[in-house]
Amino acid sequence: MSLLRTFPTKGALARPGRRAADVVVFLGAAALLWLIVRLAHGVTVPWDEVTAPSTVSTDPTELPYYAARSLLRMFAALAVSVVFTFVYATAAARLRRAEKVLIPLLDILQSVPILGFLSVTITGFIALFPGSELGLEAASIFAIFTSQAWNMTFAFYHSLVSQPRDLDEASRLLRLSRWQRFWRVDVPGGMIPLVWNGMMSFGGGWFFLVASEALSVNGHNWALPGIGAYVATATADGDLGKVLLAMIVMIVMVVGVNVLFWRPLTAWAERFRVEESEAAEAPRSLTLNVLRRSRIPALLSRIFGPLVFPLDRITAVFGLAEHPLRTSPGRRRAGDIASTVVILTLIGYGLVRMIGFIADTAGFGEVGHALLLGLITFGRVIALVAVATLIWVPVGVWIGLNPRVSRLAQPVVQVLASFPANFLFPLITGVLIATGISLNWGGILLMALGAQWYILFNVIAGASAIPNDLREASANLRLPRKLWWRKLILPAIFSSYVTGGITAAGGAWNASIVAEIVSYNGITLTATGLGAYIKDATSTGNAGQILIGVAVMSLYVVGLNRLFWRRLYALAERRFSVA
Amino acid sequence: MTTTHEVLITVDKVSKSFAGAAGDELRVLDGIDLDLRAGEIVALLGRSGSGKSTLLRTIAGLITPTTGSVRYRGAELNGANPGTAMVFQSFALMPWLTVQDNVELGLAAQGVPPAQRRDRALKAIDVIGLDGFESAYPKELSGGMRQRVGFARALVLEPDVLLMDEPFSALDVLTAENLRTELMSLWGTPNFPTKAVCIVTHNIEEAVLLADRVIVLGANPGHLRAEVTVDLARPRDRKSAAFEALVDRLYDLLTGREPDVTVPEPTEATPTARPLPVASVGGLAGLVEIVYARGGRADLPDIAAELSFEIDDLLPLVDAAALLDFLFVAGADLNLTPMGNAFTTADIQDSKKIFAEQARHRAPLVRTIYKALAASAEGNLRSGFFLDLLRRGFSPDDAQQQLDTAIDWGRYAELFDYDTDTGQITLDPAHWTARPAEHRTPA
Repeated sequence: MSLLRTFPTKGALARPGRRAADVVVFLGAAALLWLIVRLAHGVTVPWDEVTAPSTVSTDPTELPYYAARSLLRMFAALAVSVVFTFVYATAAARLRRAEKVLIPLLDILQSVPILGFLSVTITGFIALFPGSELGLEAASIFAIFTSQAWNMTFAFYHSLVSQPRDLDEASRLLRLSRWQRFWRVDVPGGMIPLVWNGMMSFGGGWFFLVASEALSVNGHNWALPGIGAYVATATADGDLGKVLLAMIVMIVMVVGVNVLFWRPLTAWAERFRVEESEAAEAPRSLTLNVLRRSRIPALLSRIFGPLVFPLDRITAVFGLAEHPLRTSPGRRRAGDIASTVVILTLIGYGLVRMIGFIADTAGFGEVGHALLLGLITFGRVIALVAVATLIWVPVGVWIGLNPRVSRLAQPVVQVLASFPANFLFPLITGVLIATGISLNWGGILLMALGAQWYILFNVIAGASAIPNDLREASANLRLPRKLWWRKLILPAIFSSYVTGGITAAGGAWNASIVAEIVSYNGITLTATGLGAYIKDATSTGNAGQILIGVAVMSLYVVGLNRLFWRRLYALAERRFSVA
Repeated sequence: MTTTHEVLITVDKVSKSFAGAAGDELRVLDGIDLDLRAGEIVALLGRSGSGKSTLLRTIAGLITPTTGSVRYRGAELNGANPGTAMVFQSFALMPWLTVQDNVELGLAAQGVPPAQRRDRALKAIDVIGLDGFESAYPKELSGGMRQRVGFARALVLEPDVLLMDEPFSALDVLTAENLRTELMSLWGTPNFPTKAVCIVTHNIEEAVLLADRVIVLGANPGHLRAEVTVDLARPRDRKSAAFEALVDRLYDLLTGREPDVTVPEPTEATPTARPLPVASVGGLAGLVEIVYARGGRADLPDIAAELSFEIDDLLPLVDAAALLDFLFVAGADLNLTPMGNAFTTADIQDSKKIFAEQARHRAPLVRTIYKALAASAEGNLRSGFFLDLLRRGFSPDDAQQQLDTAIDWGRYAELFDYDTDTGQITLDPAHWTARPAEHRTPA
């Protein structure tokens, strides 16, 4: 019998497959290395504030290089966001006093229209890296970072505080050190929300990349080599062909990052699912399969495996992940009072300085003016959310209820949501100029370009999660169309819709800063609104107005979240959760 | 005999309380004294609300006693107890680590070098019967195999005291029996490194099967009620007369009244003095029916075994039926009352009427709500009003549970209704018009 065995055996034949995977992975790694070296070199070219270019070349052959520079910025921002998330969320979750400050602070930061602060951050970063483009580079990365970090931090914080109690008790009883606890319990436990929110925030980051590469700040015009600056220059020249070309490159980039980076990562993160059962449709990725079949995993574990133990030993100095059972209540109270006093003093001091600053510069009349402008922009946001709801809820429900359609549509919508809407501004602006429609109305469309997808995206998710038995029951009851919507669909998708609505409205406020002043081929259109006010103050460098504009916009966003969206969300959780 | 063995863990006058809503404190544990000595298995037995899990967690150093102290080999705990390892009801395995990595985790925390760690983990995996599963992830394993990982993870640390929090209650009956037997044979081996075991259970047979001492905890607040020594040779025979006598005795202890505690009659008691047992109407009606079907008398251990109910499932039903005067408990026996007989033989409308009458008079919280509604101007009150009252005697969760049970009973009895959206409790219209004259407001 043994003579009938094949030669070479099956195991030996399987190796060429491995080899192929190895070759692919190796070539990919080499190309990536070259790219990073090449790009990093570009970042450090000599540069000074006066001779800095205000445009970039629009030669299409430069486009791949620009695209790669932009991509590098995105990933740098992502890396910073991850580090920030780890530090901030862990501090908020593990330090009792820090939590009281950090979480409300994060809530506010999330609502601050960061584009309004670019003038401040750019000045700061240029001063930090004199004579090098790194300052602008850092300011751009910072802008992207601020668009990515908050959601990731909230998600990770939430996973830390909602960690299953038994896992927490087990890690304490096993006497894990802080370091071990973080890497073996906390990070794996938060991996899925972290990756998922990272992916979505990364998608949102493209918008800020485009907005921060070509800037007019404090009377200067600055441009960084990148795809956003390329579009800005092409727009200023009125060169529609090149804008379209850049859009194609952008789509390739968004799709490429999804396929090569995020899909594998989400598929890999599945192993960190805490629920005992597998997800019904776990994400899969071809790239991940290739990587898994290659020697990379074995190689990585051979390189990094031996480091784990020494690192565990060294980091043991940080102590056990345990808090003492006995504390003196007196000392605790004293500490609480001291920290409260310090924080209140800081806030009070800051407020006094701010009021003084506004009184000295713009004056308080401006505040009323800005509030009024905010009302106009608020009107645009309402109109946008209403119209997007009317259009995308039916479409989203249709897509979500048809598994075949949603399998096709989901990635498309994801790309649409990631695609930076400001890329499309030139086209729309051209149409507005040609037709003579006022930007006061057209601005709604511009703001909607990016924001609307969150509603669609979430409605699809909500509709596809409607339990099948409920749908069968309503078919069995022969619910008429109207009742079917009122009694089944709308309640079932309500909580996902609210999630989408919050994100869409927040995105629209931020977009107003770039959507209420647009120019194309030398013609500039301006709408009346808070976004235009901030943008105007930014380009002229009017610090008082910037402060007022940003503060008023934050006030609107936080206020609306508190008074409207949060309540709606609580209602959705209480009454309309399908689970 | 046990008194001569060294004391490993001392629980000294431990009380635990949480802050209530009105700033008053809610006691969970009250003045617990307990020694764990080398060579013994101690079972903590009690109904829900007796604080047995809380007690185990104070022994583990996971939570702080409000007063009193826990000492391990004489040293007062200030953090997780270094001499213990715990096996959890829910297994508490890291889902992202393989079986072997899970078992090695505690050794890694002790700073054991990788090679040595691997050897010790493999040995523990082998002892506990997990060979071949080293590289599996917990989610690939059945419940029984997962709990074996839990045991291996605890035993590899060679703790002085093994703590177990209802380790078998998430497993099916056969798997649990199998694992219990293997654990006992490990305990019997001469070189077994663990010196003592403390197990929390709400399964009476399990307690008698495993333990040398059964500590019976009473509820509200948790306190030591009795200590029963089990002097049976291992392996123990469930069918033996001595075993059954111990089981009956423990049932009696858990269902019967405590000699030195006076509980007010249901018809007189306040809602906080006689909390409603957390039981559904369907469940208690089913229990009464079973007793009726057996000729009006049934043995509790038999019913528990037959339905494979644990005491946490069964005792609330027994309490509820006794509170409403459908059954009375004598020792470990359930007896049908005339009222219970009428309730279970009547047709659905009549049996509802009987239930309503009994609940209105004998279920303190239902009675309180009913009276308050009848005395109100409109016949309705916000649920928050009752919740506030209940929070003076219960933790927020328990208060909510009390109210939920009362609403469930009241709805079934058609005494009052509840609107989730508005949080209004409304007296049933039939009762509103029939309320006593002194409550009626002049039109």
